[in-house]
Amino acid sequence: MATFSMNLIWQYANPKKFMQTSGMVLPWVIGLAAIGMVGGLIWGFFFTPNDYKQGSTVKIIYLHVPSAMIAINGWAVMLIASLIWLIRRHHVSALVARAAAPVGMTMTLIALITGAIWGEPMWGTWWAWDPRLTSFLILFLFYLGYIALWEAIEDPDTAADLTSVLCLVGSVFAFLSRFAVDFWHQGLHQGASLSLDGRDEVADIFLFPLLTCMGGFILFFIAMVLLRTRTEIRARRLKALIARERMG
Amino acid sequence: MPNLGKYEITVLSAYGAGIVLILALIAWTLWRGARVRRQLREAEERRTRTHG
Repeated sequence: MATFSMNLIWQYANPKKFMQTSGMVLPWVIGLAAIGMVGGLIWGFFFTPNDYKQGSTVKIIYLHVPSAMIAINGWAVMLIASLIWLIRRHHVSALVARAAAPVGMTMTLIALITGAIWGEPMWGTWWAWDPRLTSFLILFLFYLGYIALWEAIEDPDTAADLTSVLCLVGSVFAFLSRFAVDFWHQGLHQGASLSLDGRDEVADIFLFPLLTCMGGFILFFIAMVLLRTRTEIRARRLKALIARERMG
Repeated sequence: MPNLGKYEITVLSAYGAGIVLILALIAWTLWRGARVRRQLREAEERRTRTHG
């Protein structure tokens, strides 16, 4: 059974198979992502009350929490794809990691900006060198460095090797970003709003639109990564064709 | 428009920044996708012309 499942997964390491399957599922993923994101944000912005403590700034969680979640988990996706590249040398996995980076970087930037905008009236400051904020800023710099490294190296296999190693190193900060508030009980940033053990600190009236936004953001991430991976596969073929033309 | 009270500018600027960044990411992704697709089509046409 496990062998069968693994064989099924490895099929998608074939660029042709990946293009076929992603082409079929993309319209559905894009449609559901649009419904989840737009629906969740409209629900949260227009149809939820203001919080008795935070006032209307509570509405910022519908952008901040899902984007922070994707920022961290986007790096986790890159880590898995990078490990597959390093161990199995499947080109599609290296391209998935490359495709995910700009999406993760944008989400990290959204989390940083919306967090700063929320922090100014609530904490009295735009920024503090708090463990979670600082590790998030470092994660953003790792995203930038990762993208720059891909662009800087001509040979795609060497670029995939070096960026995979960078991804492994950056995973420490992605991990710290997630657990910083648990490791160091200090700083301004509060603990996690949602947890898998069911001890959520968010009232249902805010929780349901938030969960809708989170689902929408996950689907948006998948849609963007699929679209960008398809482009990277085409760009790789284009590069090979141009190299062949030059050789005559 | 919901009543955002004294934090109106705060909330609207957070949504504005977030939405602009998401739209920029979508536009960049679609633009690069279309450009690479066009260049690949042209390269494949050249190859067909050369090799028949």
